[in-house]
Amino acid sequence: MKAKSVDRIMTGVIVGIGFLIIALLAALLGYLLIRGVGHISWHFLTSPPESIRAGGGIGPQLFNSLFLLVLTMIITVPLGLGAGIYMSEYAKQNRLTAFIRLIVEVLSSFPSIVVGLFGLLVIVNRFGLGLSLMSGALALTVFNLPLMVRITEQALRAVPREQKEAGLALGLSRWRTITTVMLPISLPAIVTGTILAAGRVFGEAAALLFTAGMSSPRLDFTDWNPLHHTSPLNPFRPAETLAVHIWKINSEGLAPDAAQIAAGASAVLIITVLLFNLGARWLGRVLYRKLTAGR
Amino acid sequence: MNMTQTRPAADAIAKDGRGKFPKHKLEELRGRGYVMFCVLLLIVIIFSIVYFIASRGLTPFASQGVSVGEMLGGLKWAPEADTPRFGALPFLFGSFATSLLAAIIAAPLGICAAIFMTEMMPKVGKNILQPAIELLAGVPSVVYGFVGLSVIVPFLRDIFPGQGVGILAGGIVLSVMILPTITTVATDALRSLPAGLKEGSYALGATRWQTISRLVIPTTLPSLMTGVVLGIARAFGEALAVQMVIGNAPHIPHSLTQSAATLTSIITLSMGNTTSGSLHNNALWSLALILLIMTFLFVFVVRMLERRVKHA
Repeated sequence: MKAKSVDRIMTGVIVGIGFLIIALLAALLGYLLIRGVGHISWHFLTSPPESIRAGGGIGPQLFNSLFLLVLTMIITVPLGLGAGIYMSEYAKQNRLTAFIRLIVEVLSSFPSIVVGLFGLLVIVNRFGLGLSLMSGALALTVFNLPLMVRITEQALRAVPREQKEAGLALGLSRWRTITTVMLPISLPAIVTGTILAAGRVFGEAAALLFTAGMSSPRLDFTDWNPLHHTSPLNPFRPAETLAVHIWKINSEGLAPDAAQIAAGASAVLIITVLLFNLGARWLGRVLYRKLTAGR
Repeated sequence: MNMTQTRPAADAIAKDGRGKFPKHKLEELRGRGYVMFCVLLLIVIIFSIVYFIASRGLTPFASQGVSVGEMLGGLKWAPEADTPRFGALPFLFGSFATSLLAAIIAAPLGICAAIFMTEMMPKVGKNILQPAIELLAGVPSVVYGFVGLSVIVPFLRDIFPGQGVGILAGGIVLSVMILPTITTVATDALRSLPAGLKEGSYALGATRWQTISRLVIPTTLPSLMTGVVLGIARAFGEALAVQMVIGNAPHIPHSLTQSAATLTSIITLSMGNTTSGSLHNNALWSLALILLIMTFLFVFVVRMLERRVKHA
């Protein structure tokens, strides 16, 4: 009977650990939301930060994060789709493909700070883009590309072979088959993966410290000409994102309410990531239903 | 599939198929060219990362008189002193200590969570634990740093002597960060185990725990280890969350709750304050090069483990 009591004890231990992890996450979320949500107000979300006085907001940082996200995805998605299509449809089973696979794996495991340093050296200094949103977007592209490639490749591989063969049998070129038959089928998976990748971009900070910068010059939110210096839409201005802002006020914040601002900004970040997560699932389901004529 | 989308394509072929260079061949060529370009770009990116970081990181050794031995084994980091010293051992120690500690905490938890999800309560696992883990993976690292700084550090300060910052705080924060990685890989491994193996064990009268401890875990061990190594790799390269709770003192600490530093934390802190091309600045690039080499090492270990999975 000893084996049975050991079994019971270990089952209890593992079930306990399972619920412990659930409780841990609930506590983490609860802590962030309870501490932060009270500080979130319209004023907090829209006004610029104060360096030494209390009452500063996160308006420009929030805008920068969203703008950077859009810029990054505009660059990443076409490149990632292209490389993913190559890996799933055009790559032959040979050493070159194995080598490219290795490269994607290595690139995806580079620490984000190393990618940021590479951005500083090549994009900021050599290309002369300076500390700017564009530099940040390019660095994040390097950081996100392998993920995008993997998402696309997996999504295309999941397309039933018959669908692909039907396209080819109609006399379509391979490229046409991919873009008009296979991509629409794999779109739900690609969209879900892309949104999750976007959530990662939104929270990334280490790769941005030395590429997008840690300062945010005064922005004029009435000037929407992308060529003007103080215009929010100018991609060649330095920009501190929300995640970088949280790091900065935690390490060198001088405002008396720095702790509350950090809590509020963290809550905003977490809520956004939650929305990305839920949005990805929801949109994936909706697209799947629309594109596959399912229920 | 969708007729409206395929018909124009078919028309195009019918119309242009007679031409010297048919349109569908041109579009195929264009598409293939584009995807080749994307892949080529990936290759160029990785080689330029390695080239640029190595060329800067090797400068102190090649032309500025710092020896590799001093960098890897030296205990004193004083880049701005009259006789500058570049011993990076404290940072190497800090990086290894925090990431190993994180793995020691997270590996049992992650593997238990995977067993919980696959063998014990699949319903709770699928509906609550799995989404919870996925969400945990999406939490930005600065948020972990913030929680570490405002919860874990004060908590440790109350229990242990000192400021609460240090390797223990860093390890705890990192363990929560790498828990999703370890859990996800372990869950996949356990799910892909053939059902017949387990059924055979149960048929012999083994209890669930006997089956798990003597069959499931030994068979999936290489995959479980892969997850742990991936977690360590992630912890090793994490910068900001660690930097916020480690204390940033450039020496090897005497205890787990004494201020320390890691490779990533010193780079984060100093890179912005040094002028490009100076010895101090180049030494930081050497630290980045060490990070890069460690990444290659981790990928290599993961590949070795994966090969064992395939052979098993």
